Amino acid sequence: MIWNALQLALREIRRNLMRSFLTILGIVIGVSAVITMVTLGNGATRAVSDQIASLGSNLLIVRPGQMLGPGRDSAGAPRFKVADADALRSQVSGLAAAVPVASKAVTLVAMARNWSSSVTGTTADWFTAGKWQLAAGRVFSAPEERAGAAVCVIGETIRRELFGGLDPIGQPLRVKQFSCEVIGLLGAKGQSTMGSDQDDIVVVPLRTLQRRLTGSTDVATLMISVKDEASMDVAKNQVTWLMRERRHIAPGDDDNFSVMDTRQIAETLSGTTKVMTGLLGAVAAVSLLVGGIGIMNIMLVSVTERTREIGIRLAIGALEREVLLQFLIEAVVLSSLGGLIGIALATLASIGGAALMHVPYLFNPGINLLSFGFSAAIGVIFGYVPASRAARLDPIEALRHE
Amino acid sequence: MSPPDPLIALSGVTRVFGSGAAAFQALRGIDLTIDEGDFVAIMGPSGSGKSSLMNILGCLDTPSGGSYRFRGLAVEGLSRDQRALLRRHALGFIFQGFNLLARTSAQENVELPLLYRGEPAAARHAAARAALASVGLTGWEHHGPAELSGGQQQRVAIARALVTGPSLLLADEPTGNLDTARSREIMDLLAALNRDQGITVVMVTHEPEMAAYAHRIVRLVDGLIASDERRAPGGQP
Repeated sequence: MIWNALQLALREIRRNLMRSFLTILGIVIGVSAVITMVTLGNGATRAVSDQIASLGSNLLIVRPGQMLGPGRDSAGAPRFKVADADALRSQVSGLAAAVPVASKAVTLVAMARNWSSSVTGTTADWFTAGKWQLAAGRVFSAPEERAGAAVCVIGETIRRELFGGLDPIGQPLRVKQFSCEVIGLLGAKGQSTMGSDQDDIVVVPLRTLQRRLTGSTDVATLMISVKDEASMDVAKNQVTWLMRERRHIAPGDDDNFSVMDTRQIAETLSGTTKVMTGLLGAVAAVSLLVGGIGIMNIMLVSVTERTREIGIRLAIGALEREVLLQFLIEAVVLSSLGGLIGIALATLASIGGAALMHVPYLFNPGINLLSFGFSAAIGVIFGYVPASRAARLDPIEALRHE
Repeated sequence: MSPPDPLIALSGVTRVFGSGAAAFQALRGIDLTIDEGDFVAIMGPSGSGKSSLMNILGCLDTPSGGSYRFRGLAVEGLSRDQRALLRRHALGFIFQGFNLLARTSAQENVELPLLYRGEPAAARHAAARAALASVGLTGWEHHGPAELSGGQQQRVAIARALVTGPSLLLADEPTGNLDTARSREIMDLLAALNRDQGITVVMVTHEPEMAAYAHRIVRLVDGLIASDERRAPGGQP
């Protein structure tokens, strides 16, 4: 009986191709929107965590204040000093490096061109801790660091924007009111998934930045690289303990700094994208529901329009439940078909969108199955009312219907 | 040995529409027996209860009172689905307006009752082609109703009614929408089916010329049988 009803339903859909297509359009759009949003969202989440992971899983970032998230400082928490980094290096065991980092936004000028960027002041250890490769030249030496020499290492974007085809090594780069010599060029890292260009960077010795640009001895963050990944938690505890002591925090008081490892940062950032994914998916799910209402509407119109046909079927001996099943299956087949087309469209849109957004395309079987199941369920739910209305028609009245 | 039950036995059948003061009595007490192989024409003016009687005979409707035995089976006691099964297996319908499914080929129209019977596709196709051939429509299997003339459409409808091998063919003004020449063709076809295959035919008509094909003419007036005359078998106008 199911097979029969399926045949009848398929015949009916084929008989009214245009109407069938318009009927399922809502479902198609709904399903493809849901799947595309969730797939791209998952891709973005993955991209963020991949990028954080590429920094290495052995990094600890110490920031003043307790707020999580990128670039947040809570006002009032005392800044770090270079001495903090020195203390960490000498008093915490198992650290590969403890690097003070400060930065300032500036306008750069070279070869009569200018470029807005930011200058990072740090030590030579920063390059190894952040897994940077040198494309040309060298990083600054210890004497240069101590003296606050006017030397800088630039990223690929700076080279392209300011020096064009020229070899930048040895060229002068004007940073605000002072000029420094380009001694090294960093290998390209590409765009980060948060949208920032990682190669848009100028690195100078910390002392150079403090003396010539910021005029203060503050350090924004401390970047710590731990020798052995397995001892991350131990190192983290020791760093926290030492920093509490150095910042004179009484026992029981909250930290006025935060120590985050890369995994935590990844979780924080991907948590944000997950929320976004959920919101977009929810909006798309509403459109799927609207698509279901569209199906019910068309099916109701179709029952009225096909009253005489239903009368014929009943007259030649169709049972009530056969007519019910036929209309129900028609609705389910239509909505499932919409689901399948939606999945196909979503796959194309997700692959295209992922390429455009520079995030990986991750096929997510769960959301595809869920959307398909949901669209089929919509067929059952919104198809039932029209179907039972069709099945309960009086054959005599139905045959008389014009 | 008691004689076999007649195909149709109506006794005291009434049909009332509405209730109270607005009640309308379409049939006031019909006693009618039709044997297997008969060809009956039901005539009568508009409002005489022809259609109500046909609907009851066709098991589309149930009597308000009285009894209807189809081969001894009490139809008034059947459920809606049981009546549908009776229609499916024993009855064939032909309507004035043909009532074919639009945008559906002649063959698919004829296959429809078999589809509900759950016949396999190959058997369905063969039976539908045979039924279409028996009404002279070989070569028109894949034409839709819109591509067929009125006479051809009614032949498709007859093929659809025949394809299940019914005991009773109910024709409600089968020639009402056709010109005289087409009407005669259809009536010849019905007469031949009755004569050659022994199918019982009950037909409503208001045209005496068409009623003349029948062996028996039942006239209704105001919901009662006014006359019931038997004619010479195979009588032609």
